Amino acid sequence: MPEARKTGILFSKLYSFACFLCNFEDSHAQIGQRGYSRLVYCNDPDNPVQVQLKYRGNYVSTTKYTVANFIPKALFEQFRRVANIYFLVVACVSFSPLAPYSAPSVLIPLLVVIGATMAKEGVEDWRRRTQDIEANNRKVKVYRNYRFDEIKWKELRVGDLVKVCKNEYFPADVVLLSSSYEDGICYVETMNLDGETNLKLKHALEVTSHLCDGESFRQFRAVIKCEDPNENLYTFVGALRYDGKEYPLSIKQMLLRDSKLKNTEFIYGVVVFTGHDTKVMRNATDPPSKRSKIEKRMDKIIYILFSTLILTAFVGSVFFGIETRKDISDGKYRRWYLRPDDAPVFYDPRRAPLAGFLHFLTALMLYGYLIPISLYVSIEIVKVLQSIFINQDQDMYDEETDRPAHARTSNLNEELGQVYTILSDKTGTLTCNSMEFVKGSIAGTVYGRVMTEVERTLMTKMREAGDVSIDQQGPDGDSDDSRKSIRGFNFRDERIMNGQWVNEPNADIIQKFFRVLAICHTAVPVENKETGEISYEAESPDEAAFIIAAREVGFEFYGRTQKRILLRELDYETGKKVDRSYFFYSYSQTVSLANSSLSEIKLLELVPREYELLQVLEFSSSRKRMSVIVRNMENQLLLLCKGADSVMFERLSKDGWLFEAETKDHIKKFAEAGLRTMVIAFRELGEEEYKSWEDEFEKAKTSVTADREMLVDEIADKIEKDLFLLGAAAVEDKLQQGVPECIEKLARAGIKIWVLTGDKMETAVNIGYACSLLRQEMKQIVITLDSPDIGALEKQGDKEAIAKASLESIRKQIREGISQIKSAKESTTELGPQKSAIEFGLIIDGKSLDVSLKKNMEKSLFELASNCSSVICCRSSPKQKALVTRLVKNETGKTTLSVGDGANDVGMLQEADIGVGISGVEGRQAVMASDYSIAQFRFLERLLLVHGHWCYRRIAMMICYFFYKNITFGMTLLWFEAHASFSGQPAYNDWYMAFYNVFFTSLPVIALGVFDQDVSARLCLQYPLLYSEGIENILFSWPRILGWMSNGVISSIIIFFVTTKSMIPQAFRKDGQVVDYGILGATMCTCVVWAVNCQMALSINYFTWVQHLVIWGSIGLWYIFLVIYGFLPPTLSTTAHQVLGEACAPSVLYWLVTLLVVISALLPYFFYRAFQTRFRPMYHDIIQMKRLEESEIGNSAELPRKVKDKLRHLTERLMHREL
Amino acid sequence: SRFTQQELPACKPILTPKWVISVFLLVSIVFVPIGVASLYASRDVVEIIDRYDTDCIPVANRTDKDLKIQYIQSSVEKTCNRSLRVPKHMKPPVYVYYQLDNFYQNHRRYVKSRSDTQLRSNSSANDTDNCKPEDTTSNGLSIVPCGLIAWSLFNDTYSFSRGNEQLDINKTDISWKSDRDHKFGKDVYPTNFQNGNLTGGKKLNSSIPLSEQEDLIVWMRTAALPTFRKLYGRIEVDLQENDVIQVTLENNYNTYSFNGKKKLVLSTANWLGGKNDFLGIAYVTVGGLCFFLALTFTVVYLVKPR
Repeated sequence: MPEARKTGILFSKLYSFACFLCNFEDSHAQIGQRGYSRLVYCNDPDNPVQVQLKYRGNYVSTTKYTVANFIPKALFEQFRRVANIYFLVVACVSFSPLAPYSAPSVLIPLLVVIGATMAKEGVEDWRRRTQDIEANNRKVKVYRNYRFDEIKWKELRVGDLVKVCKNEYFPADVVLLSSSYEDGICYVETMNLDGETNLKLKHALEVTSHLCDGESFRQFRAVIKCEDPNENLYTFVGALRYDGKEYPLSIKQMLLRDSKLKNTEFIYGVVVFTGHDTKVMRNATDPPSKRSKIEKRMDKIIYILFSTLILTAFVGSVFFGIETRKDISDGKYRRWYLRPDDAPVFYDPRRAPLAGFLHFLTALMLYGYLIPISLYVSIEIVKVLQSIFINQDQDMYDEETDRPAHARTSNLNEELGQVYTILSDKTGTLTCNSMEFVKGSIAGTVYGRVMTEVERTLMTKMREAGDVSIDQQGPDGDSDDSRKSIRGFNFRDERIMNGQWVNEPNADIIQKFFRVLAICHTAVPVENKETGEISYEAESPDEAAFIIAAREVGFEFYGRTQKRILLRELDYETGKKVDRSYFFYSYSQTVSLANSSLSEIKLLELVPREYELLQVLEFSSSRKRMSVIVRNMENQLLLLCKGADSVMFERLSKDGWLFEAETKDHIKKFAEAGLRTMVIAFRELGEEEYKSWEDEFEKAKTSVTADREMLVDEIADKIEKDLFLLGAAAVEDKLQQGVPECIEKLARAGIKIWVLTGDKMETAVNIGYACSLLRQEMKQIVITLDSPDIGALEKQGDKEAIAKASLESIRKQIREGISQIKSAKESTTELGPQKSAIEFGLIIDGKSLDVSLKKNMEKSLFELASNCSSVICCRSSPKQKALVTRLVKNETGKTTLSVGDGANDVGMLQEADIGVGISGVEGRQAVMASDYSIAQFRFLERLLLVHGHWCYRRIAMMICYFFYKNITFGMTLLWFEAHASFSGQPAYNDWYMAFYNVFFTSLPVIALGVFDQDVSARLCLQYPLLYSEGIENILFSWPRILGWMSNGVISSIIIFFVTTKSMIPQAFRKDGQVVDYGILGATMCTCVVWAVNCQMALSINYFTWVQHLVIWGSIGLWYIFLVIYGFLPPTLSTTAHQVLGEACAPSVLYWLVTLLVVISALLPYFFYRAFQTRFRPMYHDIIQMKRLEESEIGNSAELPRKVKDKLRHLTERLMHREL
Repeated sequence: SRFTQQELPACKPILTPKWVISVFLLVSIVFVPIGVASLYASRDVVEIIDRYDTDCIPVANRTDKDLKIQYIQSSVEKTCNRSLRVPKHMKPPVYVYYQLDNFYQNHRRYVKSRSDTQLRSNSSANDTDNCKPEDTTSNGLSIVPCGLIAWSLFNDTYSFSRGNEQLDINKTDISWKSDRDHKFGKDVYPTNFQNGNLTGGKKLNSSIPLSEQEDLIVWMRTAALPTFRKLYGRIEVDLQENDVIQVTLENNYNTYSFNGKKKLVLSTANWLGGKNDFLGIAYVTVGGLCFFLALTFTVVYLVKPR
């Protein structure tokens, strides 16, 4: 296989990668101690010592149930619901003579309810299982019996030697031994771990990098001692004992499970952590079962109802006991017709207390109708249907990726309507995670006409504010959108494009500028063999954007060898003969830049050029710049440098200051426009100067002292000076479509938005501006540990001191922030309400977050954060994201929603009340862990404001209504009981009761839960404030719930008393017949069915044919049922035998009573609503009114209004011109 | 589709002032006439109610509950004469009811104490599981009809005369037809009924099938509330105003031990049934209230328009 080894670039020779061999002393001292005790026998998994350690296999399971424990565990889950236990007990007892009704009428609904829910659980778990099976059965090559065999992932053991090929996932956490590159480097993509799409470089130990074929592995034996399994993705401490020597291992040798090998043909490695020990699995916290707040409150209501139930049952039993005891006194029988002398224990006057107690049990069952058994199953059905609607929504369907929104769990639909805080990931969630070169300032001139998102949002805001002057700005770049866009490039300027830059006054500077962009980077070009297109694998997307920009302008970077960088350049003196062409392959190729914007216009002549790469001075966060030293074909030594403005301007040479002022000004403008800027400069080096510097540099690099890093930096500093400024380039991390608008809407809906990102602070802040999370007028509070004194402490390496100092500094910063806000508040109150309060944005970095989350400072941090209108946490790890989410969730006690797209967001998604995964370009991990998945961030707006609002409203209404209808029904039972000496005789026939919840009232509720809308989707979006009904939980507040309950009580009183008073005791029809038990039951039940269904008709806002069908259908069903049931033989139909046809229907009184009762039962609610809409309208009432008025006006004067609008617009324009 | 996009054509009722007021007005417009009509119908019914439970007990026994019980349980002849004056012309049929009070025919034990299968067919005469303790005689023979309801059958009897003229009471068709046809079998005859040491109520002629024992059938339709009327028969002649009707009744039924009243009711019936003002009053009240609310809302909207 050695022939397959690429003669890759020996990056290790370059300065940048050499510094990875930094000092390990401190943490490595701990190896072998507690927490660092893992022993791995490489290439020897059967080693007796290791076998004894019993490491877990590589089998991974994420399911909740197994086949064996499904039934008991799922049942247990079911009976964690109090109501279900109650119904189970009732079902058991209903077989005894205690029961007031027959057993099947209780048992069947319960079985249906529990069966349906368990089936749902089972299906969900099965899906997880199939995913696991897929992962566990992936194949990997393992070195066994002196050759590489393919085995399944799950059979992998610790210590195995694996070979992973290009674009394969690592099956476990693997220590890199060697790769297809000679120097043992490889590239990995960690998208599934931290969401970053750029490639990371991993580096094998030098001692092992020569191991690259079966022969060498035959002899290979080594022992790795390392840390125990943990969840930290960014550290690894270990040591490799090989050939009797110990070599330190760090995260640089670690290839983590679920990351992907890129740009490298293959690697060899030793498995260290398997299965659930791997870092990625450690990071996956158990998927918690989430329940919505409404459901939690519903439980409370159920408890209340239980107490009511127990209370009424108890009071009834006491009365019953007293009545029963009185039946025998002094040997005389009072109610002799009950034969008190010969009574079973349930009615025995001589054992009245016992009879009372037994009656208590009976009553518990009888009044069980207060507790809606079908509530849970109805809600479950409704939620599933709601999810289907969410899935089907065309407005949340992304055509580009062909992905609709997907509700992965249906439990949380209504929670979507109550979100108080959104915690969002940035990369890939707010942004597309693709950088675009947008603007450049070259030689003091700004190029690039495309407006950035920020500019656009600013402009729309200005326009809204009535500032029309913006209109005067130049032509909008969007006019020629028809051109095919290139990923990573959004630069439009006719002065530069199509080779036109050669005609610009500073053409030579422009040329140098783009040359720097094309050369000064560490990217690798990848040519697509079929199309010939070149794409770039860069370490960061902005780097790629620069290279693409250079390519589009005419500096195509197409090849890189260890020592050379190959470019195809457009010569700006195209007219002249290129006499240097013999220098190279003497071809002057006409390249058609396929897919490029130029292709249509003209073909460009490009000349290949090559540059000899001498040194790369890598980018680091402290240096904030990167340089390369190259020798061009004219044998000039050039130092090309790009970096952050803060470090670059001080390195300019005195005569390089030419257009510094303009550039600075431009950079400021770019930053305000939300762009990331990079200052581009270059310098010509003298041969002598370079030689002497190189010697020094090499020496520094090979030195072994502890401060080598500093030394290297210092020497690099020496050459990066006296630079000649070329200009500044600006890239935009393109926001996803509609993000600023979406965020603005959400903010207007009263939702707080936090951004948690792994990005650098500067980037995060810029994006904050871009998506209108931060605004210019906002004051920023920055909490960071990037201060010089802490940096100094870090260099000393005194851990305790660092911890102490950082704690102190954070505490101080938080305190300052709080006092700042306080003083701002005070000052605004002094100024009076007309001055709007200064808004604050909090920006905090990961390290500070870590400190403040650990050391009991959560409270004060949260106090600070909750006072800021937006919060950005940058440089945060997945775990921190989850911690912050938990903090926010627990401290506010309100609903939190997190949005993320990468595997790094999984913890956060699971921790939040609702997790929304963006099913974008990155892996599926986030989606798998989420509760809802959407294709783009902007769909969140519709998901929350429309579906969330609707679902919340529906579920809240539905539950309230459920309680109403069951209380109405249950209380009539109670009133009847009071007239039957609390003997436990139900007012209705058994089957009226059994079917009441199932057939006569269930469908309208479900229709309400699925279809009702207070206002249309358009109005939901138009008036985001409507959403606050959910945040404040108005529709499910205690007053409202209790109001509905008392409405139920009132209805039941009206139904029972009006019915009995008007029908008893006189004849109820012309033939002199009187009302008996069966007829009264049927009449009352008729009234109840009518009343609750009409109540439903009254309380819904949205009548489609579905509603009409189910509401009037349910009432019709009741009559049909009565007729059919009445025709059954009397042994089955008992008291209901022919009750409607023979007794009730011919009676006028029956119909009159129904009418009276129904109308009277509806009046209280109708009056309340009429009163409320008039005097204390809810927000949706106002909107409905508005809509109505608008439509009335619109109908009468639609055309004139349009005309008027147009006229107004025109006059405004005219007036403006005159000015 | 519009269905999946939740954009079905829908009517969205909104409580605008116009709507509120017209709904209230509509209700009052409908309800007040109905109420007036009902009241009128109710007033149209002539009803004579005579409470006789105390009056039909010898004066000596009236003082004390125990004495009352003693009297009613004794085997003396308990005939009692009442005279009723007809307040208004009563058109036939005049329905004769007995009304009991404080009698819990809806007690769970009582309601369940019957056997529908046994009542229905001869073959299931032994199906008496629900009937305890009135299921079998002491020597194990099934009682037909079994159970507490049948056992406690009302046994007061009434006969009416006007002057010297005997007024016939038609006791056929006083029960529901479906009961006679489907619930009580033509081949089921009372056996072993009221033979135990404790006699409850009326005894039945064991040569008449249950389907023709209409008093039993009426009684077996248990009442809904502790105060109830049951149809006793019909007088099918005109009763003129100020007619005095002599009632000869046998006061047999023991309501004294549970302080129940007994009333004899003669009533006509019209399309609305018997005499009860409640419905009419309720209709008028609700209608009036709605009218009042309609007015109030109108005033409010006029005085303080939005």
